[in-house]
Amino acid sequence: MSKNPFPLDKQGLLTAYRTMRTIREFEERLHNEFAKGDIPGFVHLYAGEEASGTGIMMHLNDRDRIASTHRGHGHCIAKGVDVKEMMGEIYGKAMGSCRGKGGSMHIADLSKGMMGANGILGAGAPLACGAALAAKFRGDGGVGISFVGDGASNQGMFLESLNLAAVWNLPAVFVVENNGYAESTSRDYAVAVDSYVDRAAGFGLPGVTVDGTDFFAVYEAAGEIIKRAREGGGPALLECKMVRFFGHFEGDQQTYRGKGEIEHVRAQRDCLKLFTEKVLESGVIKKTELDAIDKDALKLIEDAVTAAKAAPMPAAAELLTDVYVAY
Amino acid sequence: MARKISMRQAINEALDQEMSRDPSVIVMGEDIVGGMGGDGEKDAWGGALGVTKGLYAKHGDRLMDTPLSESAYIGAAVGAAACGMRPVAELMFIDFMGVCFDEIFNQAAKFRYMFGGKATTPVVIRAMVGAGFRAAAQHSQMLTPLFTHIPGLKVVCPSNAYDAKGLLIQSIRDNDPVIFCEHKNLYGHESDVPQESYAIPFGEANVVREGKHVTIVTYGMMVHRAMDAAAALAKDKVECEVIDLRTLSPIDWDTVLESVENTGRLVCVDEAHPRCSIACDVSAKVSQEVFKSLKSGIQMVTAPHTPVPFSSALEDLYLPSAEKIASAVRKTMAN
Repeated sequence: MSKNPFPLDKQGLLTAYRTMRTIREFEERLHNEFAKGDIPGFVHLYAGEEASGTGIMMHLNDRDRIASTHRGHGHCIAKGVDVKEMMGEIYGKAMGSCRGKGGSMHIADLSKGMMGANGILGAGAPLACGAALAAKFRGDGGVGISFVGDGASNQGMFLESLNLAAVWNLPAVFVVENNGYAESTSRDYAVAVDSYVDRAAGFGLPGVTVDGTDFFAVYEAAGEIIKRAREGGGPALLECKMVRFFGHFEGDQQTYRGKGEIEHVRAQRDCLKLFTEKVLESGVIKKTELDAIDKDALKLIEDAVTAAKAAPMPAAAELLTDVYVAY
Repeated sequence: MARKISMRQAINEALDQEMSRDPSVIVMGEDIVGGMGGDGEKDAWGGALGVTKGLYAKHGDRLMDTPLSESAYIGAAVGAAACGMRPVAELMFIDFMGVCFDEIFNQAAKFRYMFGGKATTPVVIRAMVGAGFRAAAQHSQMLTPLFTHIPGLKVVCPSNAYDAKGLLIQSIRDNDPVIFCEHKNLYGHESDVPQESYAIPFGEANVVREGKHVTIVTYGMMVHRAMDAAAALAKDKVECEVIDLRTLSPIDWDTVLESVENTGRLVCVDEAHPRCSIACDVSAKVSQEVFKSLKSGIQMVTAPHTPVPFSSALEDLYLPSAEKIASAVRKTMAN
């Protein structure tokens, strides 16, 4: 038996791999389905960024709440939202997580602590403060986690939330998933400071920057920050530097990216590949074990797509339910 | 036991009673306690106009002063509501919604529907509305039609202390987000209010004066102007029925339509601007549903399509007066 050099036991490593693999499979499949014209609306894919959501969410339970982004599929899966219901939602079907009324940008499952993907950039940050506030009042040790991209890190509501969380000493964590692009605009163009640690310091919060393609770096940094928040130590900011495999949205031709950039990041900065190499090299995990998970993930997504395609659309009466209507 | 108290006291009492009843009720806003972090007195203000004064002594940290940061704290109230609390957030002036509107209309208003009925957002946003305070263009608007337009929001605007207490208690217990509009010129207005807790259901208008000739539909401070107009008109043997809508969403169409069927004449009075107003909304509904009952054209009395002016000479002209309302009533009687 090889000595385990990682911060997780074997079961934990396999869980992390399963989550990341499932997200990757989900997103790659959506990319292909979208290209066929089968997916309605806007879809923003998380492929390439799996280590961030997974490394953070492995420290959370259902009483911890997250406020996600428009690029939320990975957060949902890592937070335990049912994959088949998610797929159904993306296809706009009655069996979807939100019964077909939300779509890709609004998948939510409050019972899992998933407060929703969000179509408004930065809007989740105040909501996560609210979740943290509720946890504080209840004294249940829960935390509120806000995800934003480097783009939404410039939104007033995000910046106001940093201050509010610091002033109220909330058990909140602000994760900046810096994939280098706000839609098509480079992070270096649109964010005036070089480091989010500096930005956090400006609001009286500790900040940490990690290589977001390194699952273990994310896992360890997030673990410390979340533990501190749970114990009343207050909010913090975590920047995960990562890469986006696909465009801002599906259909984005990405002409703004450098020549060979996408091929390079896929070859050199694929978080799943980096994770796989590390765990196999250590000898803690065998290739056959990962292969079995790959097979499971493939089947799960295949079944989810098949079920979603076959599922009925919402009934017409659904148009007028779940909201006060008497007009 | 009922006794005469002001609308300010009635709102304070509603918050106090609901906070005592339900530990998930929390209250937040700018200076709602006042004096936080300073060396002087705590509970120095109790809100910009003293509405929450005294609650801190009783409920302590469940009242939270916020940074001057509406996006963050209105959003936090919405988020806490989605996580099982019943926050009451004070936006101070409704005019400030411009800096936090996303959290209200894209987040709070939509969660229940957008998440397939699997979320509730029991948040109340209290805010001062209305002109007549010499507070100028950015502290005097009604904006009630803007919120009424948004599915998912409920909009309340009491005209007196009794309604304010019962409607605020209902707002706190309601599982949808409620925009609770308090007319700043009515805070001192007194009426008989029972000491004990009571809730007034939404969507039940109040017929504050019965009459057979003309129906006047209004809400908020304009109820009082309409009543003044009705009293003046009564001397000329014109009997007005005055309907106080109390809640704008939901709205009590039945009471409005039934009254117009009886009187055959309608004057809509709205302190908001004329276009896409509550007055327009009521006019359209009445035309659509009971057109045949109408004996003359519907009249609307609203603020003009201008920002609220500062100078008293202009602001007094801006607000619909009892005289303007009476004149509109006479116009409907002429036919």
